[in-house]
Amino acid sequence: MSNPAITPELIAKHGLSPEEYEKVLSILGREPSFEELGVFSVMWSEHCSYKNSRPELRKFPTTGPSVLVKAGEENAGVIDIGDGWAVAFKIESHNHPSAVEPFQGAATGVGGIIRDIFTMGARPVFLMDSLRFGSIEGDSEQAKTNRRLFAGVVAGIAHYGNCIGLPTIAGEVYFDESYSGNPLVNAFCLGILRHDQIARGAAEGIGNPVFYVGAETGRDGLAGAAFASRELTEESKADRPAVQVGDPFREKLLLEACLELLATDAVAGIQDMGAAGLTCSTCETASRGGTGVEIDIQLVPQRAKGQTPYEVLLSESQERMLVIVKKGREDVVKRIFEKWDLPYAEIGKVTDDGMMRVRNGNDVVVNIPARSLADDGPLYSREAAPFTPPAPLDLSSLPQADPTTALPQLLAHPSIASKRWVWRQYDHMVRTGTAVLPGSDAAVFIVREANKILAAATDCNAIYCKLDPSVGARIAVAECARNLACSGAVPIGVTDNLNFGNPHKPENFYQLRAAVEGISEGCRAFGVPVTGGNVSLYNESPAGAIDPTPTISMVGTIADAAHITTQAFKEAGDQVYLIGEIGNELGASHYLLAIHGRKEGAPPALDFDKEIAIHNALLGVIRKGFVRSAHDCSEGGLGVAIAESCFGNSLGASIDLGATDQRPDVVLFNETQGRIVISIKASDAATLEKELSVTGVPFCKIGEVTANAELSIKTGTNSCSWSVTSLNEIFEGSIPKFMES
Amino acid sequence: MAPLMKVAVIQFPGSNCDTDCQAALLSFPGVDAEIVWHKETSLAGYDAVVLPGGFSYGDYLRCGSIARFSPIMGAVRAAADAGVLVLGICNGFQILCEAGLLPGTLLRNNGLLFRCEHLHLRVENSETPFTSVLHKGQVLDIPIAHGEGNYFADPETLAQIEANGQVLVRYCDASGNVTPEANPNGSLGNIAGICSHGRNVFGLMPHPERVCDPLLGGSEGRGIFQSMIEAVQKSKS
Amino acid sequence: MKAVVTVMPKPAILDPAGVATGRAMEHLGLKGVRSVRIGKSIEIEVDGADEKQLHEIAHDLLSNPVVEDYKLEIIS
Repeated sequence: MSNPAITPELIAKHGLSPEEYEKVLSILGREPSFEELGVFSVMWSEHCSYKNSRPELRKFPTTGPSVLVKAGEENAGVIDIGDGWAVAFKIESHNHPSAVEPFQGAATGVGGIIRDIFTMGARPVFLMDSLRFGSIEGDSEQAKTNRRLFAGVVAGIAHYGNCIGLPTIAGEVYFDESYSGNPLVNAFCLGILRHDQIARGAAEGIGNPVFYVGAETGRDGLAGAAFASRELTEESKADRPAVQVGDPFREKLLLEACLELLATDAVAGIQDMGAAGLTCSTCETASRGGTGVEIDIQLVPQRAKGQTPYEVLLSESQERMLVIVKKGREDVVKRIFEKWDLPYAEIGKVTDDGMMRVRNGNDVVVNIPARSLADDGPLYSREAAPFTPPAPLDLSSLPQADPTTALPQLLAHPSIASKRWVWRQYDHMVRTGTAVLPGSDAAVFIVREANKILAAATDCNAIYCKLDPSVGARIAVAECARNLACSGAVPIGVTDNLNFGNPHKPENFYQLRAAVEGISEGCRAFGVPVTGGNVSLYNESPAGAIDPTPTISMVGTIADAAHITTQAFKEAGDQVYLIGEIGNELGASHYLLAIHGRKEGAPPALDFDKEIAIHNALLGVIRKGFVRSAHDCSEGGLGVAIAESCFGNSLGASIDLGATDQRPDVVLFNETQGRIVISIKASDAATLEKELSVTGVPFCKIGEVTANAELSIKTGTNSCSWSVTSLNEIFEGSIPKFMES
Repeated sequence: MAPLMKVAVIQFPGSNCDTDCQAALLSFPGVDAEIVWHKETSLAGYDAVVLPGGFSYGDYLRCGSIARFSPIMGAVRAAADAGVLVLGICNGFQILCEAGLLPGTLLRNNGLLFRCEHLHLRVENSETPFTSVLHKGQVLDIPIAHGEGNYFADPETLAQIEANGQVLVRYCDASGNVTPEANPNGSLGNIAGICSHGRNVFGLMPHPERVCDPLLGGSEGRGIFQSMIEAVQKSKS
Repeated sequence: MKAVVTVMPKPAILDPAGVATGRAMEHLGLKGVRSVRIGKSIEIEVDGADEKQLHEIAHDLLSNPVVEDYKLEIIS
């Protein structure tokens, strides 16, 4: 079998532009081999190299006193949390595979992010996910497809997370037409480690052996790669699976084996095989180490017969790691991997010539300077279209909906409705650390072994981002921080997943640039670094691009278990306060979209100084022990936030939002930022007011919690009331109703 | 000083709740709990054995079907025969049924979805080493997390276990009523956990180790472990 | 009409259940296990369906064509 000749068509099919191919020729000083063409193609793809986005990503603030490993250095960033302990966390997408095969696409996405964490030497302790689909309502073919994708993705995440024994403790799910045909699956993982356990993915130590550990290599992920040395006949198509299949059991074994291995002193470097598998891990470790790596394809454990070097190099088989072992300590790998019943093989060594060299027995099939693949790839500055901020919403053009019917309608909207149908499928209690279960603003996890309390939230309102990407991105950061504050936590770090359309289109590239700048501004304002993240571009179909969706995940710490706060009202007689303004910004709101079918107007304004002052004021009174519940206002404004606060313990509330000349729908459903609904014991009212007055933030008492499960809200002269039981039934019943029909 | 109870928590490839069980046990003063790898062949010196939850062997083929052949299972069987306390939680319960140490089997939840949530159990028999500090009719808030928890036994076997008082906990509502609505998975008779004829082997689908700390959802799982400690103490005196 | 539909993972697709079961067989003393693949057998009894309909059902419902192949056998 001989390789195909390198022709312009072959080069184009490998996704390399003529200019990029010229660069290949000048790097090598000769024509590439077929395998080398494949290697450049995959390492210089957008997915692996971020060539269209890296110049923008450099704008993120990535340093700070608590940063132990910063963004871009390794597979995940690491942040100090005190007493010699640290956390490694990151979010990543698996959007396109999930559109093809939702169960395996989502499952392997979870598998990939978990590996990114334990390759840092951290024990993974929890997961979160941010999911977006098209509408699941109605009987159109598209709605049926969206339901199938939603069910498949959730089942895939459940399958992988439950089997490997990691709790999924928080997340978000949104439904919007722009995601029809382009679901978004962003998976987050956090792990815990001691400072001295940080593991690096560099090929250190000339002469050290290079080991392959984990599952055997098959032809996974090669259906997209148009070529191998055989012609693509119907038979050979069957040999190329369109999807990778995850094996969470294998990964559990791999995780335990790798952590056991890392606890010995036998490891010089370790890297997981994710996108571009063996190729990526080989050249990246060499590049980071400033060394070279030489491997022999024939030594790689394989599960299919007759695989070519090209296929082995580009395979995306899951659950595999590359380990650089200290010479003389090979027996440690053998002992541990035989204990855990996992394939392992010594496949090469670290060299001193800076090359990624791949042999097929005696033949050298790849010999490329490692740096040119991993660090010195092409970079592009794309064109950003000029942006005109949207006109503010013209309220006079908006009919007033009756809040009595509008509130239940909002609670029924699948983006707002209860996600219990989702998280009940996840084991969210394994590892006995989840102190605040899904269903509150932020998840809270107690890491027993470190005696540390972590909080985490993930947010992005893509309607805001669509209408003004810069404001939307800033709000995503602020909302995460607000959710953390509501749980009693202070933010320590951010990871981002940028989901956008085709970057060659200037309007999409503007969105990416503006989002990065907005996130950077937000992170600087809150004093938190971006520790790493992921970029997913080309999320579009003939109908158009997805709404720009820069998903933000934020991690925080809580100093004392007594500060852990949840969103549900606790007892009748408690007083309800609003920290922040009543607000009036209805532009870009879910009320506008869900009730009036309009996605327009300017998103609400964000003032970081005001926002931070409000979070600090809240944290101050939480630490003093006054706050019995805290819930921030987001989609659906005060109406939804107060209703949701009633649901947890089936309580009611009697609320008066004060004199106003605003319309009731504006008062109840506006999405002005920086607002938090809290409840306190009546006996603490005077002290609370004194404490809050000192901070200078706006606040007002708005009512009290009642025993009868009835919610009544007065705005100006208008009064509405609802049965909390009926609202709760609608809130809980919405998604099951669509999914179980 | 000798511990009040020395427990072996068996770790199979794919066990996930092993360290959770160990931590819960260690929260009882005087209790010693060690993780024992499935390839060991002796359980000498242990007062109790716990088979924890998780996905041993990925739950592939049938839940627990491969773990039941692990080398340690010979020692588990010998321990059970000798009257040592053997507790199987979730996947542990599935392994005990596959191994024939408990009757019946666990099938896929009738709703077909994995379910993780807090629910209520009613204690049916408090005259066992696992339930002695509890009382008959007591309602406990203990969470489940499983996709295959639907207890099944053929009619003859089922009649026997009911008649012999081998059903220790049933799914119920908050008031202790055993109703179809309170049954999360379709188990016959709302059965959540059963013991062996000899009373020293107990398997249940819910996770008591997850409710041993008020910060993490409650303490209602402590009764089962406390009962075990007292039973071990009694047998030593 | 009685029919049996056998659904198997496609040949090149990883079958984690098969892999784990194969290793277990080896641990139980069966030497030289080269491959184990696990599928499902679906037995159907139906009035008045024709073979074309059953193929459609097998393709659209009983198998996931992205990762599985099916075989349809008409018994009677």
